[in-house]
Amino acid sequence: MDIPRYWRLRNQRYRLEGTECTECGEKSFPPRCVCAKCKSDSLQPFRFSGKGTIYSFSTIYQALDTFDKDIPYSIALVKLEEGPLITTQLADISPDEIKIKLPVEMVIRKIYEDGEHGPIQYGYKFRPVLNK
Amino acid sequence: MSKIMKPIRQTGIIGYGAYIPKYRLPASEISNLWRDGQDENFLPIKQKSVPGPDEDTITMSIEAAQNALKRAGTDPQEIRAVWVGSESHPYAVKPSGTVVSQILGIVPDTVSGDFEFACKAGTEAMQAATAFVGSGMGDYALAIGMDTAQGKPGDALEYTAAAGGAAFIMGPAEEAVAVLEGSYSYVTDTPDFFRRAHQKYPEHGNRFTGDLAYFHHIYNAVTTLMEELNLKPSDFAQAVFHQPNVKFPRKKAKDLNFTDLQIKEGLLVDFIGNTYAGASVLGFTAALDKAEPGDRLLLASFGSGAGSDAFSFIVTDRIKKVRSKAPDTQYYVRREEKIDYARYARWRKKIVMH
Ligand SMILES: [Zn+2]
Repeated sequence: MDIPRYWRLRNQRYRLEGTECTECGEKSFPPRCVCAKCKSDSLQPFRFSGKGTIYSFSTIYQALDTFDKDIPYSIALVKLEEGPLITTQLADISPDEIKIKLPVEMVIRKIYEDGEHGPIQYGYKFRPVLNK
Repeated sequence: MSKIMKPIRQTGIIGYGAYIPKYRLPASEISNLWRDGQDENFLPIKQKSVPGPDEDTITMSIEAAQNALKRAGTDPQEIRAVWVGSESHPYAVKPSGTVVSQILGIVPDTVSGDFEFACKAGTEAMQAATAFVGSGMGDYALAIGMDTAQGKPGDALEYTAAAGGAAFIMGPAEEAVAVLEGSYSYVTDTPDFFRRAHQKYPEHGNRFTGDLAYFHHIYNAVTTLMEELNLKPSDFAQAVFHQPNVKFPRKKAKDLNFTDLQIKEGLLVDFIGNTYAGASVLGFTAALDKAEPGDRLLLASFGSGAGSDAFSFIVTDRIKKVRSKAPDTQYYVRREEKIDYARYARWRKKIVMH
């Protein structure tokens, strides 16, 4: 992803900021301009808690060049506790530990390094909830 | 001249947080590969922590600082300084604190810069944060000591160079979990360990590492601190020293007349390795996790180059209310998954393709 686009989206990727409809309360991630439920355009920023459960998952063994050095890595659809489904990479988990409905939480991790000279992109991933 | 450092406004730690990545490389893996196991009875530690392939000083600083914020209960917008001390900042130019403060919601009303002083970069940031709050320039300042240290493959430092660290929110004494009684820093030009620009791995001047560096600097920092505050070792409930291996802090404690029991809570190196700028501060969060109101705690770092920062803190009643709001240090110490040298070499980019 190019630098300006990553910069524009940084509060989405850094802070899980989406939108909440002021008419019907529907919450969306990524942010929307029009409510998917009631078509209202009265939306305000909403920060998600970062808690959810695994809805579905897959492990990648053949990746794009960007992630070629990271294989195998796992991605998931996570059902956020506020409702939306979000596509994310998983962290701190091996493929055989992943289960549907596993409680997960958002962490900030390195998404990729743009070669030796480019910027380092950070953003959300999800990991199993810490059992402290 | 009074040597003790104490801000005009009483200052302390409002919140603290630890972070250690979950992976561990046993020292025996390194010994088997590079020494055919010949040194297995002389290993400096049992195992060291290793960051996951998507972790670095910035991501780890964020988790430690989130834990500190949970305990402090401070609105991130009220934090006016973000200083990250490390020898493994991901960027040579672009402060780690910029990403950390954006993600934590501290921006834009803040100062931010990186600190670098080998293993004492974290306590250096704590000194600066104390001064910042103590002078009234801001009410809260975030100081972090964090590293993903690297040792040259096969080098003695590879056994111990590890990853982890801690974050502290400094603020007014009335809100503190531990009030600063005073601090003292001792610095000289000593060539015990250094890394030149653009080099991946550090060099160590063998003859300087023990007596002239670690022992000399910590000894002077701690004895001066105690003299100036009229304190003796038995006045401290726990003492935490920089811990490059198990032997050095034990010997240092003995030289200074601290008992093994007094250094017990903060001695983590055998299980997680030397986390460099994170080492003494992680030991300190482990001591805070176990401290009782009224306890006096000593924190003494050491950074090659060389210097030592020594602090005396007194724990307050508030510690009991905030302690359980984030995972304690021992939780992260115990959370572990062992890896082998091959995975470590791949993740830590030890294999270079030309
Ligand atoms: Zn709506």
